[in-house]
Amino acid sequence: MIRDITIGQYYPSESVMHRLDPRVKLFGTLLFVVSLFIVNSFLGYIIATIFLGAIIYVSKIPLSFIMKGLKAIILLLLLSVAFNLFLTKGEIVFQIWIIKITKEGIRLAVFLAVRLIYVIVGSSLMTLTTTPNDLTSGLEKSLHILNKVKFPIHEMAMMMSIALRFIPILVDETDKIMKAQIARGADFESGNILKRAKSLIPILIPLFISSFRRATDLATAMEARCYHGGEGRTKMKPLKYAKRDGVAYAVIILFLVVVLAESIIVPRIPALSIFVV
Amino acid sequence: MSIKLENINYAYSVDTIMESAALVDINLEIEAGSFIGLIGHTGSGKSTLIQHLNGLIKPTSGNIYYNGKNIYDKDFNMRNLRTHVGLVFQYPEYQLFEETVFEDVCFGPKNLGLGADEVRARAEYALDIVGIDKELYNKSPFEISGGQKRRVAIAGVLAMQPEYLILDEPTAGLDPGGKGEILNQIAILQKEKNITVILVSHSMEDVAKYVERIIVMNQGRILYDDETRKVFAHYKELESIGLAAPQVTYILNKLKESGIAVDTSLITIEDACREIYDKMAGAERKS
Amino acid sequence: MSIIKSTRLVYDYVRLSEDEKSEEISRAINGVDIEVLDGEFIAILGHNGSGKSTFAKHINALLTPTEGTLWLDGMDTQDREFLWQIRQTAGMVFQNPDNQIIGTVVEEDVGFGPENMGIETGEIWNRVNDALEAVDMNAFRKKSPNKLSGGQKQRVAIAGVLAMKPKCIVLDEPTAMLDPLGRKEVLQTVRELNRREKVTVIYITHNMEEVIHADRVIVMDGGQIRMQGTPGEIFSKVTELKSLGLEVPAVTELAYCLKEKGLQIREGILTIDELVDEVCRLSSKI
Repeated sequence: MIRDITIGQYYPSESVMHRLDPRVKLFGTLLFVVSLFIVNSFLGYIIATIFLGAIIYVSKIPLSFIMKGLKAIILLLLLSVAFNLFLTKGEIVFQIWIIKITKEGIRLAVFLAVRLIYVIVGSSLMTLTTTPNDLTSGLEKSLHILNKVKFPIHEMAMMMSIALRFIPILVDETDKIMKAQIARGADFESGNILKRAKSLIPILIPLFISSFRRATDLATAMEARCYHGGEGRTKMKPLKYAKRDGVAYAVIILFLVVVLAESIIVPRIPALSIFVV
Repeated sequence: MSIKLENINYAYSVDTIMESAALVDINLEIEAGSFIGLIGHTGSGKSTLIQHLNGLIKPTSGNIYYNGKNIYDKDFNMRNLRTHVGLVFQYPEYQLFEETVFEDVCFGPKNLGLGADEVRARAEYALDIVGIDKELYNKSPFEISGGQKRRVAIAGVLAMQPEYLILDEPTAGLDPGGKGEILNQIAILQKEKNITVILVSHSMEDVAKYVERIIVMNQGRILYDDETRKVFAHYKELESIGLAAPQVTYILNKLKESGIAVDTSLITIEDACREIYDKMAGAERKS
Repeated sequence: MSIIKSTRLVYDYVRLSEDEKSEEISRAINGVDIEVLDGEFIAILGHNGSGKSTFAKHINALLTPTEGTLWLDGMDTQDREFLWQIRQTAGMVFQNPDNQIIGTVVEEDVGFGPENMGIETGEIWNRVNDALEAVDMNAFRKKSPNKLSGGQKQRVAIAGVLAMKPKCIVLDEPTAMLDPLGRKEVLQTVRELNRREKVTVIYITHNMEEVIHADRVIVMDGGQIRMQGTPGEIFSKVTELKSLGLEVPAVTELAYCLKEKGLQIREGILTIDELVDEVCRLSSKI
């Protein structure tokens, strides 16, 4: 189940997408998500689909791998589709007993489903093509401006990267503690929910304590290596824009302009009304 | 009375997160009452092997018999097995969680569904064996010294009153004093309480001093399984797989090469000292 | 030239009771005078709770003395003005290999110190390259630390310290959690650094076999220095060491046993070859 989630995973490959500056990808993802909420017609969705398809093609990540990420949200997807389908009022197309399906409902449900899927695919494309390190330094650099309002962006980024380093260690540790308690006769599998929740205490407390110990050790080690926050700190791998990043920015902006233009122009021209649903 | 492993194979599985080497065709019998050392460098399959012994890991193929009963039979009670085969993991103090030392040791017996009196009695028995004073019973297990924590954690397994006790590097990270205490207590357990002990260790000196039989693992296979002295006679082969013999073995072998006819099969300092002295004193008498 | 010098160093741990009314004071270091020369390899021995780790943390101002003074390369560690200079002069390697690696990629972790020091990018890369070379970990530079063995992780930690170009490295039980192979790796790396780069080494351990090559051994107990001398001098005092909760290397113990029995074995034998030579010398006399 946990392994199905491709959001946040990295897929190693040598594509242009992989080589792009993380800031471009962050910016692009943000604009893409925004554009999905501007789009309100078939034509708009066709444009978005072409754009997304092109990116997937360029990223060299197999479509099937990306689609696996959708498994994790399938329940959410079905639920929101159902809500829209059954609860929207309007022109009735179909009715069984008290369940009414309206034209507006179908439209909303389909658009919502497409939007959700595109948001997930779009953002997982970013994480699939960006290493966690690049992602954190990209975030740090792009959100640098937040420093002005005293938001500790460097510290946030540092926390993210430390979390990424320690997650596998803690997963290992959980497994070891669990086995040790099973060896002492602990039972995590039988009983009602309350009993099962209680049976987790012998795992959670040692895990908690060990995390604290690790955190203290790590803080000491960081201090010993002259860490004193982001001030006056230099970078071993500073982010630098290349030519392709400029091109990528241009493409993204162009896409947004097209989407905006489409959403303004199409509804006003009667000849194009076939695209408006 | 024994634990018997028959043609055990264990293949890496993507699902496990533990760092565990594969096991290849393991055949082994552990007789009740023995004191066995299990050695091998990190990743040789030792940890995987010991987790098979109490059913924490299921082999890909092969059978394990506890007192003649196949532990993978449908009607075999696995929890029952875990009370008979106690497993003390590396750094066992990391599993302590209760508010007091005493309650933590009670965790195992409570899980067995024993009555309150029996639980208390067992906890006291276990803490007594590892030499934890009554004054420490009501202390938090997080406030006592490192060596004491380790002993409390071992008591937590002993309170299950196992017939077999497997210890994965029980002295790792302790200072010489703490090491000696724990090893001596384990030796007493084996001798006086008649518990079968399997000691996983990196220290050849410790193994030489305590165990009577050594199992050497390399790349998931058993390389040697023999009496301690006989295994250390293969010290050159042991070196080639990243292990070693006790220092004493090297000294005696070098002396022999230099023409002093000492018995090279001795492995403890006391034995070697007596042997060298006897040879020297004997030579003196002759001359 | 002395790099570390302390006079009457005292350190008290203060623990507040639960109601925060009374305090409990325990003295971890009690009047330590030490002088370490530039380029020395010093081993500090002592059982758990003898004060050796607390002393180590004073060297790079992770702790500052309750009483007395410690100077590192002429800087008083209580002077906050020198704090960052002190920390880069004396680097520190800790016991748990997992809990001191910050980066998610080996080379990025090695660069962490220089980044904090504000060194420019090109120079960081030079230092990272040199440091990884010095500990022979260049082949692993793109790997995740989680994929390395314990010994390799400690070598990365040492490289991380080296990239700060320290004059002195303090290692606090760096091998306690490693297997024999890892121990050998770490010890060899540290000895090489001391020999080749002339880095002063303070090596804290309770593994006796690891200190036989040190220039000087200091034995601590109860927050004080109890013994001091060359490894040969220290290990000839077998009973005294044992009373301090320590052991001697197996070779030394055997030599001591033979001497007790009446053989004329000389004192301070540390290696197998020394003992074999000594026994042969005696037997040729007979």
